[in-house]
Amino acid sequence: MTVTPGWYMALAAVLFVIGAGGILLRRNALVMFMSVELMLNAVNLTFVAAGRELNVLEGQVSVFFVMVVAAAEVVVGLAIIVAVFRRRQTASVDELAELRG
Amino acid sequence: MELSLSLIVLLPLAGMLVLFGFGKRIGEPGAGIIATLAVVGSFVIAGVLALDFFNGDGPVETVRWFEWLPAFGVEAELRWDQLSALMTLVVTGVGSLIHLYSIGYMHGDPGFGRFFTYLNLFITSMLILVLANNFALLFVGWELVGLSSYLLISFWFERDTAAAAGKKAFIVNRVGDVGFIVALMLIFSVFGSLGFDTVFEGARRGELTVGMATAIALLLLVGAAGKSAQLPLYVWLPDAMEGPTPVSALIHAATMVTAGVYMVARTGAIFELAPIAAATVAIVGGATALFAATIAIAQRDIKRVLAYSTISQLGYMFMGVGAAAYVAGVFHLMTHAFFKALLFLGAGSVIHGMSDEQDMHKMGGLARKMPITFATMAIAWLAISGIPPFAGFWSKDEILAVVFERGGLWQVLWGVGLVTALLTAFYMTRMMWLTFFGEARWEDGVEPHESPRLMTIPLVVLAGLSVVGGLVNTPFKTTLEHFLDPVFEAVHLAHAPDGSLAWILAAVSVAAGIIGIGAAALRYRSRVPAEGGLGWRLLGNGYYIDDLYAGVFARGGKLGAAWLAFRLDVRGIDGAVEGIGSLTRRAGGWLRPLQTGFVRSYGLAIIAGAVGLLAWFLSRGAL
Repeated sequence: MTVTPGWYMALAAVLFVIGAGGILLRRNALVMFMSVELMLNAVNLTFVAAGRELNVLEGQVSVFFVMVVAAAEVVVGLAIIVAVFRRRQTASVDELAELRG
Repeated sequence: MELSLSLIVLLPLAGMLVLFGFGKRIGEPGAGIIATLAVVGSFVIAGVLALDFFNGDGPVETVRWFEWLPAFGVEAELRWDQLSALMTLVVTGVGSLIHLYSIGYMHGDPGFGRFFTYLNLFITSMLILVLANNFALLFVGWELVGLSSYLLISFWFERDTAAAAGKKAFIVNRVGDVGFIVALMLIFSVFGSLGFDTVFEGARRGELTVGMATAIALLLLVGAAGKSAQLPLYVWLPDAMEGPTPVSALIHAATMVTAGVYMVARTGAIFELAPIAAATVAIVGGATALFAATIAIAQRDIKRVLAYSTISQLGYMFMGVGAAAYVAGVFHLMTHAFFKALLFLGAGSVIHGMSDEQDMHKMGGLARKMPITFATMAIAWLAISGIPPFAGFWSKDEILAVVFERGGLWQVLWGVGLVTALLTAFYMTRMMWLTFFGEARWEDGVEPHESPRLMTIPLVVLAGLSVVGGLVNTPFKTTLEHFLDPVFEAVHLAHAPDGSLAWILAAVSVAAGIIGIGAAALRYRSRVPAEGGLGWRLLGNGYYIDDLYAGVFARGGKLGAAWLAFRLDVRGIDGAVEGIGSLTRRAGGWLRPLQTGFVRSYGLAIIAGAVGLLAWFLSRGAL
């Protein structure tokens, strides 16, 4: 059984859905962050697989961009979470619902 | 030439500026003397400059001050021709006498300097009006005389009635000015210029259709009716009597109110192309003449008699210029300036002598107490009643004769004019009898006395002019017509009949005058008859036209304004603005529940949206 690109796509889809499910179902901000990372990396996987399949370099280049942006985002996001935790002693997003209309 | 012509306007202007700055400090009588000298100076210069015209070889001169509105082909330019020369002489001549008289009349008034500032402002404005060489400058003068009229009517502004009268005059004039402005726009749209020469030559060359000429002429008539107090815009003039009497004499009898007549005469080239509009001018004039004369019969206030009389006489002038008898109209303008200024100044002298009493029923028997005032006013009385050889006879008779000569329906107008002449003689005689004859009906403490020399000298001079002023244009020697000939040479003038018909018409109008005088003399000879009853009340209140206007226009305007302010503005405009605001708030209220504040639900929305988009693309086979 050879591993065709379809497998990679399927794996990426599964990872993406797990990530999305984590965002929807978990309340801890840190865990939700990890879920976001999971989704981003699912996408990275599709980029790399497609890049190799089509024999172009752009797939890998895009991944680097995504990684850089994700790293920056994590820095900001973690800082926010730490700041919130210091004020409220909790990282549960359900308790951070001040923007309710 | 250039300098001296400019000086005619600049002298009163300088006088006005000096008095504006230092009038109060100069005080009495210095301020009056400065103002009088400025106007006398203008008169002398105008007289010298007009000599060429009298010799019959004067060219039309123009003086360009500066380029004003190049886009309209308009320059600040004065025009010196026979018509403007005549108007200038009348304005500055009568103006000088009235300035002199005012030094005596305004004696002791705290606003002495202010009064002469305004008077000089008026003379300046009126000279700009008559000397302008284009419609734009004419309009500037037109508005400036309106301003000075307003300032002088409400001169004693502490009195509510005077302040109200000033406002009334200003607002009613503004109604007329709308017509004038629209007329100027039409003129500019047709000729591309507002210069007199361009416009009138263009009109002669046929650049004006009859319809356009009629529209322009009728709109000019609206303006003229406002300024010259013709139906239906005459209502401001009787109230204008709230101003000091010299003002009534100068502005509201002799000069400013004749601006409409001057304007129609000046634009004769346009009215010539619009016979319907010209006939309308004559009809408005005739109707006004008769209408105002009937009201004048029943007035008790001596100045209001003269005010309605002025409206009536202005009606004659309109009748004349409407019948294309421009010379006759301007001629009556001139003689009327003499005898009506005299009547007003005489009335002022009477009021002065009677300690500010204006009700004729409280006068009587003043002939012996005020001999000079009486003698001079008697001359004016005969002049306005149309008794030859006094001035009013010649000019009024010429207008009536021309109107009769036009034939057809014009002869109806002649009949109206004749009845008006009879009524004029009647109410003037009534005024003379109530004031000067019969028993004394003075209130206690009133000691009538003749006015000082300063006031009687102008009366005597004007009386002299009222006697001989008519002789400048008699059927035997038409000096004035020759004088004005160059101005109207391109216009077809209507002429008075010759021969026996002229004699018959003259005899008829003299007879009308004598019947009027006789009837009034009989009625008021021995004692003052009761002037009650419905008819007297109706006439005395001027047919209640003021109340009608107050009820319809003033109240209508107020209701309209109230509706706009409290209905349309509050409910409509504010309502729309507030409605948009509250609609937005309410829409926000509906949409608020979407924002739960839970990150999960936002995430779900994003994912649902992404899945939805994906499904849509897939269903279209786009992937």
